[in-house]
Amino acid sequence: MGNPTKSFQFPWLNRKGRDARSARPASPLWDVFGLLPMLAFAFFFMLLPASSLVFGAFQGNDGQFTLQHFADLSQRFIIEGYRNSIQVSLVTALIGGVFGFILAYAITLGGLPPVVRAMVTTFAGVASNFAGVPLAFAFISTLGRTGLVTVVFKSAGYDLYKQGFNLYTFAGLSLTYLYFQFPLMILIMAPALDGLKREWQEASENLGANGFQYWRYVALPIILPSILGTMVLLFGNAFGAYATAFALTGGTLDLVTIMIGAQIRGNVLYDPGLGYAMAIGMVVIMAFSIIIYAWLQRRSERWLR
Amino acid sequence: MNRFRYWSWFWLAIGAIYFFLPLVATAEFSMRAQKGTLSLLAYQRVLEDKEFVSSFLFSLRMALLTITFGILLIVPTAYWVHLRLPRMRPLVELLTLLPFVIPVIVLVFGMIRVYSSPPFLMTTTPATTDILLVAGYMVISLPYLYRSVDVGLRAMDVRSLTEAAQSLGAGWGTILFRIILPNLRTAALTGALLTLAIVIGELTLAQYLARPAFGPYMNLLGKNRAYEPAALSIMSFALTWAAMGVVYWLTRGEQAQIGGGH
Repeated sequence: MGNPTKSFQFPWLNRKGRDARSARPASPLWDVFGLLPMLAFAFFFMLLPASSLVFGAFQGNDGQFTLQHFADLSQRFIIEGYRNSIQVSLVTALIGGVFGFILAYAITLGGLPPVVRAMVTTFAGVASNFAGVPLAFAFISTLGRTGLVTVVFKSAGYDLYKQGFNLYTFAGLSLTYLYFQFPLMILIMAPALDGLKREWQEASENLGANGFQYWRYVALPIILPSILGTMVLLFGNAFGAYATAFALTGGTLDLVTIMIGAQIRGNVLYDPGLGYAMAIGMVVIMAFSIIIYAWLQRRSERWLR
Repeated sequence: MNRFRYWSWFWLAIGAIYFFLPLVATAEFSMRAQKGTLSLLAYQRVLEDKEFVSSFLFSLRMALLTITFGILLIVPTAYWVHLRLPRMRPLVELLTLLPFVIPVIVLVFGMIRVYSSPPFLMTTTPATTDILLVAGYMVISLPYLYRSVDVGLRAMDVRSLTEAAQSLGAGWGTILFRIILPNLRTAALTGALLTLAIVIGELTLAQYLARPAFGPYMNLLGKNRAYEPAALSIMSFALTWAAMGVVYWLTRGEQAQIGGGH
């Protein structure tokens, strides 16, 4: 320990004051072995499956390298699938984001009693985790053809389904996704809004700003990266969702996740390589949104912490 | 300010309606199994169904295995990063974020491709397929479990505890299981309950690995029956509620209870 050459050889492991505080002398190389279980797990159950799809996507039926599968992604029904998925994710991220933000504002700065905040946070925690098959059932019981709301409206002389509403389509799916989307927004935005310091408002009031000016020029610029970042998170949340959509529509709605599922079940595309390429396309979009999220998150941490 | 409060209540009311209406509708629907009267017949039928019991117990078993192995993997790793490898933190955090990048449907697709043929043939027997299922569940719950353990470790003096234990002659096993883990019980329990809530009704992995879990059972019931799915939905909701309630109580609402598995 304390060997300068060793520290030089492994500069990324060199920590200030290490000699004095280290619990037990050990070589830096030995330290890294402690990460082996995690690295092995990540390799076998995340990286290997993902990279296997990447290899498959670049491999033709004859085993040769090809870009054909990615070129095939431009077929109309696949573009349609991606468009539907992106559309549902964008709409629910936007509506869920705005609505969630308003509620987060109401329970933090909106002058409601503290007990309301505790209740809303608990409800939001439950709702953001209430997804998949049971959520689909709940919405079928509510807005399905014989659901309570549909029946009540019908007895009041207004037939939702005759007016063009259908739970098993784009609008219905969006409405269902919102049930876990906007609570997630509340859960993330409420602490962020807490980070707006009272002094900032007081300072801007002392400088003669009115409420609107405070929000437009002080609070919003500080909170905006956080809002946008969380909306990106909501986008990814909906984009990768499979179970809710599958249970709701029985796999009839053309979303990317549903199409990949059909591909796993029985080669409906008659082309496994195309399925791999679709999966890789999803990973690329997800990675992209996580990177944007991380970037926005870092920006928001400049002020809110 | 008063006008503001008025609007706050207004939006809160809208949110409450959106939150409660599906629950009320589902509860009402679930009690309509007997014509003309409200009854608990659907619940009774569900509870008497042998498949309900067996699939629920199967998923519960998988959830417990996921929690056990998840904690065995994550607690030592997070502890080691805190104690010895703070510079590796970005790498480990990146790994724990990977599940957000790989959607579950893609994960199971890749797993089937890798593990249904040599050299890693695992999908042929139930026992080895269950290993894949638990590993997949560990992947899904990795971000949540890691985060809550990490928060727990931040709250204690890992270095002093380790040195004190070592100067009393404790080995690494003793330190981890008798010093660190007991101090992490709130964090571990929080993570465990979130994992339970995610895993118990999970559909995607179980469906494509063809295991008799609760998620596929619910989905099948949804296709064949009218009122039982509503009853199941209410029961699932109660379960989620119980898990989240305990999480909230454990953390006093300080940690956002964010799960996944949509």
